Amino acid sequence: MTTYLIRRIATILPTLVFVTMLIFGLQQLLPGDPALVLAGEEQDPQVIAYLRERMHLDEPLPMQYLYWVGGVLQGDLGESIRSQQPVLELILQKLPVTVELAVLAMLIALLIGIPAGIVSAVRQGTAWDYAANGFALWGLSMPNFWLGILMILLFSVHLGWLPASGYVEPWVDPVANLKAMLMPAFVLGTNVAAVLMRHTRSAMLQVMNADYVRTARAKGLSRRVVILRHALRNALTPVITLGALELGTLLSGAVLTEQVFTIPGFGKLIVDSVFNRDYAVVQGVVLVTGTAYILLNLLADIAYVIVNPRLRS
Amino acid sequence: MCTVLTTSRTALLSLLAAAGVSLSLPAMPVQAQTLRIGLAEDPDLLDPTRARTFVGRIVFSALCDKLFDIDEQLDYKPQLATGYEWSPDNKALTIKLRQGVTFHDGEPMDAEAVKFNIERHKTMKGSNRSGELKPVTGVDVIDAATVRLNLSEPFSPLLAALADRAGMMVSPKAAKATGENFSSNPVCSGPFKFVERVAQDRIVLERYDGYWNKADIHFDKVVYTPIPDATVRLANLKSGQFDFIERAASSYMAALRKDNRFKTAAITEIGYQGITINIGKSDRAKQNPLGKDARVREAFELSLDREGIVQVVMDGEATPGNQWVAPTNRYYAKNMPIPKRDVAKAKALLKAAGVPNPSFSLMTATTSDAQKIAQVVQAMATEAGFDVKIQSTEFATSLNLADKGDFDAYVLAWSGRADPDGNLYSFDACKQPLNYAGLCDPAVDELLNTSRTQSAVEERRKTFEKIAAQVLEERPIVYLYHRKWLWAFTSKLSGVRELPDGLLRVDGLKLAP
Repeated sequence: MTTYLIRRIATILPTLVFVTMLIFGLQQLLPGDPALVLAGEEQDPQVIAYLRERMHLDEPLPMQYLYWVGGVLQGDLGESIRSQQPVLELILQKLPVTVELAVLAMLIALLIGIPAGIVSAVRQGTAWDYAANGFALWGLSMPNFWLGILMILLFSVHLGWLPASGYVEPWVDPVANLKAMLMPAFVLGTNVAAVLMRHTRSAMLQVMNADYVRTARAKGLSRRVVILRHALRNALTPVITLGALELGTLLSGAVLTEQVFTIPGFGKLIVDSVFNRDYAVVQGVVLVTGTAYILLNLLADIAYVIVNPRLRS
Repeated sequence: MCTVLTTSRTALLSLLAAAGVSLSLPAMPVQAQTLRIGLAEDPDLLDPTRARTFVGRIVFSALCDKLFDIDEQLDYKPQLATGYEWSPDNKALTIKLRQGVTFHDGEPMDAEAVKFNIERHKTMKGSNRSGELKPVTGVDVIDAATVRLNLSEPFSPLLAALADRAGMMVSPKAAKATGENFSSNPVCSGPFKFVERVAQDRIVLERYDGYWNKADIHFDKVVYTPIPDATVRLANLKSGQFDFIERAASSYMAALRKDNRFKTAAITEIGYQGITINIGKSDRAKQNPLGKDARVREAFELSLDREGIVQVVMDGEATPGNQWVAPTNRYYAKNMPIPKRDVAKAKALLKAAGVPNPSFSLMTATTSDAQKIAQVVQAMATEAGFDVKIQSTEFATSLNLADKGDFDAYVLAWSGRADPDGNLYSFDACKQPLNYAGLCDPAVDELLNTSRTQSAVEERRKTFEKIAAQVLEERPIVYLYHRKWLWAFTSKLSGVRELPDGLLRVDGLKLAP
């Protein structure tokens, strides 16, 4: 287990270096001069020159890369040219919001997706199965922004139950926080719930016909124990891996959801920064997201080993 | 003794209230009120010297007072100033200041503060105001309530600059202490002081008790929330989360006007929407059929029906126009009225120019309005024989291409300035930063410079007529229309002043319970 962990962590470092190069390189491919965008309407040549100097845009690309990576290694991700806030401060301000949204969305997805997948597999061919499959199809095909706007119209404008948008910090008002996050989390979670349902269903169908499940039944164990303790535990292995990957998808899905519900999170930060060519913010946000993705995969692999003891050797 | 009296009175009031007795009591405490405003974008730096966005000016209206403000007719009226006087040679502007005004940190807003601010605008690195104040060579403090701005040459647009961000005064003490980070905790002298800002989420301001005109301020707090999506912004107004939204979508205005829960305003802007044509910005102008021959540009303009464009693109919520100012503006050149659509004449002009079917690309940003303009223009111009290829380009990229002159025609809007010079000089004077068309005509430059030296309205209007006669024949920009600032707000809100710069003034606003 320890050797496995060391080997696995060792592969992360070169991946991270590659990620920094990729982020920096891809950003250079973005057309448009950031100084022109940030100079605003007046396009004052003095302001443009000042911005170029501040962003090191007049220096060769390798130097610009070294400036950035050098800062990153010292924990300095730079400063947003638009808002003048340190990128790290912006990230620390926005990350908890998106993480909360993603976690709530994942909870909703798990609460809907896994039970629906189990019921659908256990009651294969019944109305339950068709209903669950119908939900999955709906969840996969409904665009987030569209569902979001429809929900705002229904629950905020017509019924007045939930706020149309915005965010309240949980420590300021936990109830208002949950009210504000409910619709975005549901919108973000439906897609993942559909994916989880489909995978749980097929994994369950596979294990339900396995010999050890038949043996468990033959031993006279109750249907509940067979499904939950024997079948589900094995069926969950690929679902855990998928769940970790989907958490990454949730982070990227949050981009649209945060725009619709005006949640001041990571997604909104990156979209606004790309359009404003706020390079330091884009680089910082993508670096943190990429690192989080890599770490989530590592955690998934560890969870995989814990759930499946045969991999420990 | 006092406490006892207060307690007794409270107890008596409670008893009376419990008994259902209604009393009319003077000076009852008023419930704290918050004005909640939905913005279309997140403002940039909250530092008047370095700010560069239109939306930031909306927040500044409550946060930072200016030396002058404008009224509905675009006349200058005093704010921090109480009066002004030009010297006989128009090379010095003496400004009398309002006395007893303080900044939010309690520092006096006096002549020394004005001198500090003008110098800060002119010298701070990254200042967006230095260009607007270029002719100002120095500031003399005459006494605590009088300053004189000395100019290198007469410059009549100066008042317009001082009625905008260049005229906003910040606390010298705070500015010196925070330096480049002033925008993280701005200290001005407006009716509201800064409390907090969460990027992309909210800007919170709180009533400043030391404000010189506090009798006109009826809110305790103002909260600005940026929501770029017009549908979601409106949903927030409808669900009661906002009291006011700016830039409502034109398609929703008809329904909003019928809904008695809301009031609306549609104010013709001081800016414009136009199509910039590359006539000399780069070598590409020589291959551009529009750029090569003025007759082709005239044909292009004649192929367009401005009223039709306004109806289709803006649902009628704009004023057709052919100049840098709207037809209602006092500086509109009446000698150059809006040309009517004339496809037959357009075809004849193209034939005379030897290009009956000129082909060019029309660069446009990816916003919905810009896309719609391009499509309608394409359809109209095709009828006259043009082959218009729409080149949809993300805004940052389009700006870069425009700057390099790598375009034929470009759909571009300008938010406008109170003085026509702000809509004209940088676009049409030789080698100016916003002169994407590449117009460089010494005669036009001379007229533009002349207009800057004139302060009498009638005299300037005549000069603008001469400029219009030349520039509108040359057509570096084909002006299409002047958008309307579309506002929607709860019918409980009163005192909304419809000023052409599209900035909501908070003084005088009241929210009924």
